[in-house]
Amino acid sequence: MSTLAISVKDLSKKYGNRMAVSHASFEVPLGTVCGFVGPNGSGKTTTMRMLLGLITPTAGSGTILGEPINHPERYLHRVGAMIEGPAFYPALTGAENLRVLATLGGHDINSVQSLLDRVGLGDRGGSKYKTYSLGMKQRLGIAAALLPNPHLLMLDEPTNGLDPAGIQEIRELLRSLATQGTTVFISSHLLSEIEMISDSLVMLRKGKVIFAGKTQDLLERQQPTIIAKCENPEDIGKLLAIAESSGHKGSEIDGVAHILAAAEWAPTLNKLAFDSGITLSQISPVLPSLEETFFEMTGDDE
Amino acid sequence: MIRVFFAEWRKLRRPTLFLGASLAVIAVTALVTSLLFLLIDSPQGNSDRGAIINRGILALPTGITVGFSGSAGLLGLVALCVFAAQTAQEYTYGTLRNLLVRQPKRLTLLLGKFIAMKVFALLTVLISAVVSISLAFALSGRAKVDNSAWTTTAASSAFAHTLLNVFISVLASGTIGMILGLLFRSPITAISIGVAWLLIIENIIAATVKNSGKWLPGQMINSIAAGGDFNSSYSHAIVSVSVFLLAGSLIVGVLFRRRDVSN
Repeated sequence: MSTLAISVKDLSKKYGNRMAVSHASFEVPLGTVCGFVGPNGSGKTTTMRMLLGLITPTAGSGTILGEPINHPERYLHRVGAMIEGPAFYPALTGAENLRVLATLGGHDINSVQSLLDRVGLGDRGGSKYKTYSLGMKQRLGIAAALLPNPHLLMLDEPTNGLDPAGIQEIRELLRSLATQGTTVFISSHLLSEIEMISDSLVMLRKGKVIFAGKTQDLLERQQPTIIAKCENPEDIGKLLAIAESSGHKGSEIDGVAHILAAAEWAPTLNKLAFDSGITLSQISPVLPSLEETFFEMTGDDE
Repeated sequence: MIRVFFAEWRKLRRPTLFLGASLAVIAVTALVTSLLFLLIDSPQGNSDRGAIINRGILALPTGITVGFSGSAGLLGLVALCVFAAQTAQEYTYGTLRNLLVRQPKRLTLLLGKFIAMKVFALLTVLISAVVSISLAFALSGRAKVDNSAWTTTAASSAFAHTLLNVFISVLASGTIGMILGLLFRSPITAISIGVAWLLIIENIIAATVKNSGKWLPGQMINSIAAGGDFNSSYSHAIVSVSVFLLAGSLIVGVLFRRRDVSN
């Protein structure tokens, strides 16, 4: 049995002369949370639609839960998905919308109320969908994705429209699902969220995969920084010169020295500064955030 | 297939749709049947396009179903609107992607939806039949129509034939609605084009081009409801409409199966 939830190779989709997705190859191991990130129009939703059998790839191949993506009927009963936001019938209640999908998929209709409870809509299941706020619609979309008790959950921007408490609830829900063995493949523009919950990442840029692997590996690829603040602000130039003479470039930002160096060099910098008569009021090693990494990797020549 | 049917039925049975469609059916049937009896002495006629249906015709065993079969065209329009809206709304609401994730076999999904709408159409036809027959009995006395033949075996047989023919014609109109819904992927566009074609364009063509009624789908559907009429024989109408619908269904079936779902 395959240990991969998703595996794609050279997956491509062409619209006219434009490659929406170009030779994308990546793997998502079973039981992990994988973030799917990229700027708007980078091909995330198109890729997800290809994985769900909604769009036929122009080229390439792939498997979902060990089954080929050109036979979605073999794996979709084990997959839950919400693509490009929630979409339901406005005249039906939230619960009835879920019952339509449960009936269609052959899932347990009796699980509808517990799913509504799980996403925080327990007392609003009887209200018509058209009366829902954006956050409630989003929660209903997540409940619909959970209907098949999925082995793989694919969510496209699931936290859109949610307030901070709602975002935290969804984060906890996804984490608990992953703990129970569900693989979560999630796209979001809230990179701090992705960073918090993802074990691995797939990063797209202009339809091409520019990174696929563990989140930590990506962050460690980036240059770490030591932030140092001098007690006497006039010493900053001297401190930067000391760092430069040791082979570490730096710059002053808002009265604080930002020196490109690993965390292990911080004690050395402290000692060198002390020996030169500089008192540091703050010295802290900082790893770049996913957001900074994302902009660095995707934003240069947009 | 059965799961698709029941999922679709959940949408069709919602009160706003089912009661709305039922009220429309009751209204058009009541209108056509009432006018048939109340305008029986009118020189402007009491039936479609000013035709005069006199007491002698209404007193026949087939007289009980004249109002019902005369309503078929309008019942067909209701079916066209329901079928088109139920199909095209999946695109406009974006719900088609949800349906296809839960039922990836696209033709199964389409067929299940179609069967559910067929049952819906059958219910509306039955409601129409009940309303029309009840009104016919209620108004026959006032219109001085002898209704003694309406309770004979011949009348029951005529009713059964008319019920079948009206159902086939309503189903054909609904199928046209579904085809248009799949082609245009917008309820408003599909319904507008369907209604404009059946109500306006076909009638203009039929009135201006000799013998064209024999080949126009809407005219043929009316011929089926009437069990054959001045446009064509019943069998010709059945064959022509079947060919039209089969060709249309084949085209949209292939399109639905192959088209990317990107909305």
